[in-house]
Amino acid sequence: MKVEETPLPGIGVRKDIVTASGRRIGTVTQRDGETELIVSRADDPDACLASIPLTSEEASTLGNLLGAHQLVAQLTEAHRDLPGVNTRQFLVEVDSPYDGRKLGDTKMRTRSSVSIVAVLRRGQVQASPTPDFVLGSGDLLVAVGTSEGLDTAAEILRGG
Amino acid sequence: MGSHSALVLIELGAVFFGLGILARLAGRIGLSPIPLYLVGGLFFGHGGLIELDGVAEFSEIASEIGVVLLLLLLGLEYTAGELVTGLRQSWMAGVLDIVLNFLPGVLIALVLGWGGIGAFVLGGVTYISSSGIVAKVLSDLGRLGNRETPVVLSLLVFEDLAMAVYLPILTTVLAGVSFAGGLQAVGISLVVVTIVLVVALRFGATVSAVVDSKDREVFLLTLIGGALLVAGLASAMQVSAAVGAFLLGIAISGATATNAARLLEPLRDLFAAVFFVVFGLNTDPATIPPVLGYALLLALITTITKVATGWWAAKRQGVGRLGRARAGAALIARGEFSIVIAGLAVASGAVTEELAALATAYVLLMAVFGPIAARLAEPAMNLFRRSVPLPV
Repeated sequence: MKVEETPLPGIGVRKDIVTASGRRIGTVTQRDGETELIVSRADDPDACLASIPLTSEEASTLGNLLGAHQLVAQLTEAHRDLPGVNTRQFLVEVDSPYDGRKLGDTKMRTRSSVSIVAVLRRGQVQASPTPDFVLGSGDLLVAVGTSEGLDTAAEILRGG
Repeated sequence: MGSHSALVLIELGAVFFGLGILARLAGRIGLSPIPLYLVGGLFFGHGGLIELDGVAEFSEIASEIGVVLLLLLLGLEYTAGELVTGLRQSWMAGVLDIVLNFLPGVLIALVLGWGGIGAFVLGGVTYISSSGIVAKVLSDLGRLGNRETPVVLSLLVFEDLAMAVYLPILTTVLAGVSFAGGLQAVGISLVVVTIVLVVALRFGATVSAVVDSKDREVFLLTLIGGALLVAGLASAMQVSAAVGAFLLGIAISGATATNAARLLEPLRDLFAAVFFVVFGLNTDPATIPPVLGYALLLALITTITKVATGWWAAKRQGVGRLGRARAGAALIARGEFSIVIAGLAVASGAVTEELAALATAYVLLMAVFGPIAARLAEPAMNLFRRSVPLPV
């Protein structure tokens, strides 16, 4: 995928991609670090339909949401021949009891027999996180297990 | 003595308070405050409603500092790398910009019989877009992500560099040097600008390290001290204080430049406001009506020529019709640097007072009309398209 990077003298840098549907999507990062999400207009690809200012936390969460899709798809593909094994993604919400606590504290494996195979944070993938990996809100956990196990896992993350 | 300083404080306070109200009003109606400051200056001062004599001494110095800070921040705005790439990518559009927008000022000045110097000054006034107003309009209208925006910005970068060559020549010409002397000034300023760019590219970190400091207070004092020293020395060498400050701004780079710009912005706004008011103060409102017709004519011509420049530059980058219209209209606004040029000319006494009046009226028109035009470009194009179906 080709990311077009265009310097904006005096302001910052624009990075965007052209989607298969012909729309331009990307970010404008200003020098002071402020990031805007830009989406081009359907009738005029040169102009922007919206420029949405994002905090760094919002930007990284959005990145995780979009990036996880591909990872989950790959894992699902890998597990296709194993009936009953599912892959699902969970977002660590701001009010989750595990925000700021170790992955081991969730006792996920013991309580739901689900494995957390990866954590996405700020667009980076942390594969096979160890039990002392500290979770934060906005992290996206990629979990593998049975569908009942995954339901339990969702409850654990939400309510402790 | 006591009563004098009391009077100065009261007058100064009243001036700043009034400017505050004007700036608030400008913000309300989505205008640049510059035209309102000029109008404020016209109201007071020579031939205006009330004459403010107490603050003359302070305001003269403050307006000099205002020019230095305006140019220092213009230099800080772009890194040396951006200037060089900007020059490489947009020099053709940049040259077209000069030809189309410098000439109308030259021609009108010649028609009015203001001679070569007057023509050179007025050409500068009509050439340079207001990077402050343009950048604000682009961000207010949410156009930072648009495809034509880099085109607009790189034209501003080119104008920025053109100023670095133009201002030293202007100072020499205003000092009454012959044509040969003017050519020499062109040579010297090109060499100096090149040296500064090379220094900024190679040793930018060193220059920045000299002025940089983690402590805000130390940083501020070093910056202001450095800028005024360089400006003063440049002025003593007949190169114009403004140019010295501008080149210092280019030489400071990277994070230091960003921090410096953030730190100096409020000070720039304060002193630049004084500069605009003083320029208005020194212009007799009675001199404006006689030149108003020419100002309108000039405004009309240079609106068309700027739109043409932006249109052509955007077209070269493969931007569509709407985007080309947006790029052209965004560039229309003239402002602070037109007044800086006119101010330098008037201060030297080498040009007629009418030129100040024409420049004031012209900037008033363009600073108000520019942002409006930028907003209206798209609806106007759509109307046009609906009434006359264009072949795509």
